[in-house]
Amino acid sequence: MAADISAAKAQHAPHAPSVRFEHLTKTYPGGSRRPATIAVEDVTLSIPAGSLTVLVGSSGSGKTTLLRTVNRMVTPTSGRVLIDDNDIAGLDAVKLRRTIGYVMQESGLLPHRKAIDNIATVPRLNGVKKAPAHERAYELMDLVGLDHQLAARYPAELSGGQQQRVGVARALAASPRLLLMDEPFGAVDPIVRADLQREVRRLQYQLGITILFVTHDIAEALTLGDKIVVLAQKGRIAQEGTGAELLTHPADDFVANFLGLDAGRGLHLMNSDGVQLVMDADERPIGRLSGPGR
Amino acid sequence: MNWLVNNWPTVWQALWSHLLLAVPAIALSFVLSVPLGWVAYRYRWSRFVLVTGSSLIYALPSLPLLVVLPAILGTSVRSSLNVVVALTAYGIALMVRSTADALAAINTDTVTSATALGYSPIKKLFAVELPLAGPGLLAGIRVVAVSTVALVTVSAVLGIPSLGTLFTDGFQRGIIAEIITGIVGTALLAVLVDRVLVAIGWLLLPWARGRS
Ligand SMILES: Nc1ncnc2c1ncn2[C@@H]1O[C@H](COP(=O)(O)OP(=O)(O)OP(=O)(O)O)[C@@H](O)[C@H]1O
Ligand SMILES: [Mg+2]
Repeated sequence: MAADISAAKAQHAPHAPSVRFEHLTKTYPGGSRRPATIAVEDVTLSIPAGSLTVLVGSSGSGKTTLLRTVNRMVTPTSGRVLIDDNDIAGLDAVKLRRTIGYVMQESGLLPHRKAIDNIATVPRLNGVKKAPAHERAYELMDLVGLDHQLAARYPAELSGGQQQRVGVARALAASPRLLLMDEPFGAVDPIVRADLQREVRRLQYQLGITILFVTHDIAEALTLGDKIVVLAQKGRIAQEGTGAELLTHPADDFVANFLGLDAGRGLHLMNSDGVQLVMDADERPIGRLSGPGR
Repeated sequence: MNWLVNNWPTVWQALWSHLLLAVPAIALSFVLSVPLGWVAYRYRWSRFVLVTGSSLIYALPSLPLLVVLPAILGTSVRSSLNVVVALTAYGIALMVRSTADALAAINTDTVTSATALGYSPIKKLFAVELPLAGPGLLAGIRVVAVSTVALVTVSAVLGIPSLGTLFTDGFQRGIIAEIITGIVGTALLAVLVDRVLVAIGWLLLPWARGRS
């Protein structure tokens, strides 16, 4: 029911913002013993308003760095980040962060706060009284499919999947129009993961917000992304486009390899009693085509 | 036992004096060490100076310190202020390191996520970092408390009353029961203070209850 209320709200909510990285470079300074690291170099990229854009790339490709420049957790060495054409360098970092949802992989919850208080964090920081903040938190528990009975539990007393739902609810509590997600489901099992992915799609559709999602899992990227950006080392953009575009016209071997188009994945169809099965390279069925034959 | 029954008011008096010296010193050690420990945690370069420096205080022999302090503080030799100051110094010697370690042991992901939520640095310190360091701070202050309660007895040599007076007096007058009362009383008091701290921790850190 609360979900319907939020859906109704979405129609009146301010539009979702676009995000633009312009010639962004981030170098982490070295120390006496280690050299400086160029994490991302000269990245220019647009995230369309209201899209679910996925940044996908292998470990160390600069995904987290790029994501964290958006809420000013990371300060660019050069270049700039624009949200709706406003350079965020001129904004108050603490206030900016309260308007942007952020979900990260496990352990992001405050262990000394009950689930309900974790969810209510940003409204409370914004000065909302405890009672209305909790009321809002219960609404969000409904929205992300959490039983109200879990409200009084501490994070350590929740399952991994429940913790991630609390994390998503918390990120949405102050009705942000932009949500950043950094490998949020990396630590949960595949079934819960698929469930949470569906939830993210639904929320994005229902709330009409912009989501920038980071993963190293190409399957997750294909499942979620309206737009997928494949990153090579140092944030170099190997290709950007829809999942279908990438699969149809991979820009180069790197992308093809990343998509698993070479021998690695080798998906093909097999007819079995009139049903079209999807087989992998080892001739194991991994799914079936829907449609006639069912 | 007879001695104890006959001298109960004396023992009771000594116990109170003992507590009045120990509790302020324990409280002051905590209040002063937390900011120092925080600086050592926050600014890496200061860690060596603060942690090692404060630890060295522990190497000062207690009796000479108690004799020298009146000259520094301008107090009389028998002032209980000397004892509180000396004990606080020893408390700090232990507690600065505990605080710095407790803060350093906090999960950095938790702190990162607090920043991302929009905690200002000050709010983050009081609402996230210090509470999460709570179990470590508690462990540190428990050591300080027990050590302080034991150290108070030294002041008896200077004629400042505490449970220590019972054994200096017992030695002089050859009363074994009095000596034993002083020793056992000090130990029991240390256990009591420790239990009280554990109870305070239980109340203030409900989230950490199931863990240790
Ligand atoms: N605080 C830091 N100090 C120094 N170097 C850093 C820091 N954070 C990241 N780096 C380096 O910058 C590069 C990019 O790191 P980043 O965390 O952005 O990658 P990522 O794509 O998110 O990787 P992963 O998939 O493993 O999370 C890496 O080489 C990393 O070692
Ligand atoms: Mg990362």
